[in-house]
Amino acid sequence: MINRPRPDKKRLRRTMMFMNAQKPGLIKDAYIYGSDSIILDLEDAVAENQKDAARFSLYHALKNIDYGDTEVIVRINGLDTPHWQEDVRVCVAGGADGIRIAKCENAEMVRQVEAAVLAAEREFGVEEGRTLLMAALESPMGIMNAYEIVTASDRMLGCAISGGDFRKSMHVQIQRGGVEMMVARGQMLLAARAAGVQCFDTMYPNIDDMEGFKAEVIQNHQMGFDGKSIVNPKQIAFVHETFAPTEKEIAYAEKLVRGCQAQADAGIGVYTVDGKMVDIPFFEDAKRIIALAKACGVYHGDL
Amino acid sequence: MLIEKIAMAGTLESSDAQVTVEPGKGLELNIQSSVLNQYGRQIKSTVLETLNRLEVKDARVTVVDKGALDCTLKARVECAVFRSCDQSESNIPWGGVIND
Repeated sequence: MINRPRPDKKRLRRTMMFMNAQKPGLIKDAYIYGSDSIILDLEDAVAENQKDAARFSLYHALKNIDYGDTEVIVRINGLDTPHWQEDVRVCVAGGADGIRIAKCENAEMVRQVEAAVLAAEREFGVEEGRTLLMAALESPMGIMNAYEIVTASDRMLGCAISGGDFRKSMHVQIQRGGVEMMVARGQMLLAARAAGVQCFDTMYPNIDDMEGFKAEVIQNHQMGFDGKSIVNPKQIAFVHETFAPTEKEIAYAEKLVRGCQAQADAGIGVYTVDGKMVDIPFFEDAKRIIALAKACGVYHGDL
Repeated sequence: MLIEKIAMAGTLESSDAQVTVEPGKGLELNIQSSVLNQYGRQIKSTVLETLNRLEVKDARVTVVDKGALDCTLKARVECAVFRSCDQSESNIPWGGVIND
């Protein structure tokens, strides 16, 4: 039987790959592709009359398959369905790292799921507070309430926008450049950063259009996302590459961290590095870049 | 558990197994598998173990195996049995009789 380590809210999540929990051929070796997280799906990928079978399959996968360092999150059915409570029970009993709340629109929905999770942790003797939550924002209301949603529970690791449903509710189609979701993405990012949680972009639906996919990933990174939902293993490498700090960024961050220590010791607050004025927030960001480089496996220095 | 009516779970996709349970007298097991020669005994013992755990004493069980892992076989047998009793949708005893 597999006992997974306690989940880490702040871990690296550049890629979250969706998998149908009802398909044994997919979930048995989902970890070999190397995405940071996998999302085993009980919701849209599973037909209405197979929800029960998917849970049995999920339970044994969670208990028997060693996913190693890959985080295992389960997307449960919406709170407007008769399925979600049993979904929560099986996730907690099986020891999933986290639960993704589909179609989340307000803080009350988060609290409803949290209450069910806590009850299940007590029922199955799982450490209270172990199971993390994340919210999928799929509607204008979800985006408008992003801040109250991500601050509704201590278990919240972050939020993700779900483009398919969101675009439909806005009467728009996917556009090159992303103008149709620019405001929503921006507002969600603000909410997540204000709350100190992570923020993820939607999946890119056209698997064969790698050019469009890459453009979107680059934009995601520029906007400040922590990662992205993906639907195919071939999308992993480019996201990981794009989200890792560059050598130049790492070298500059190192210089800042070292320099700042020396300046602080000398009693200087604001100073210059390579002709640019820097102060404490730069130092914090430099430390973040070093930490990210370490997590991405691209740091070879000694800080 | 008492098998009251015919029920099925699983698919014929690769790495899956399709399990059918029907009312019967004693346990009657019929296994079809492309890897029967190598894994027939293992499949049979997993299915019997699972039925035993669920306290199913009387049933005709048909397994069409497509190279399923043990954990998949268990999941399909359990789901078919719970479906035949109309108990597959909620309050499943996870970690109770549903176990490794």
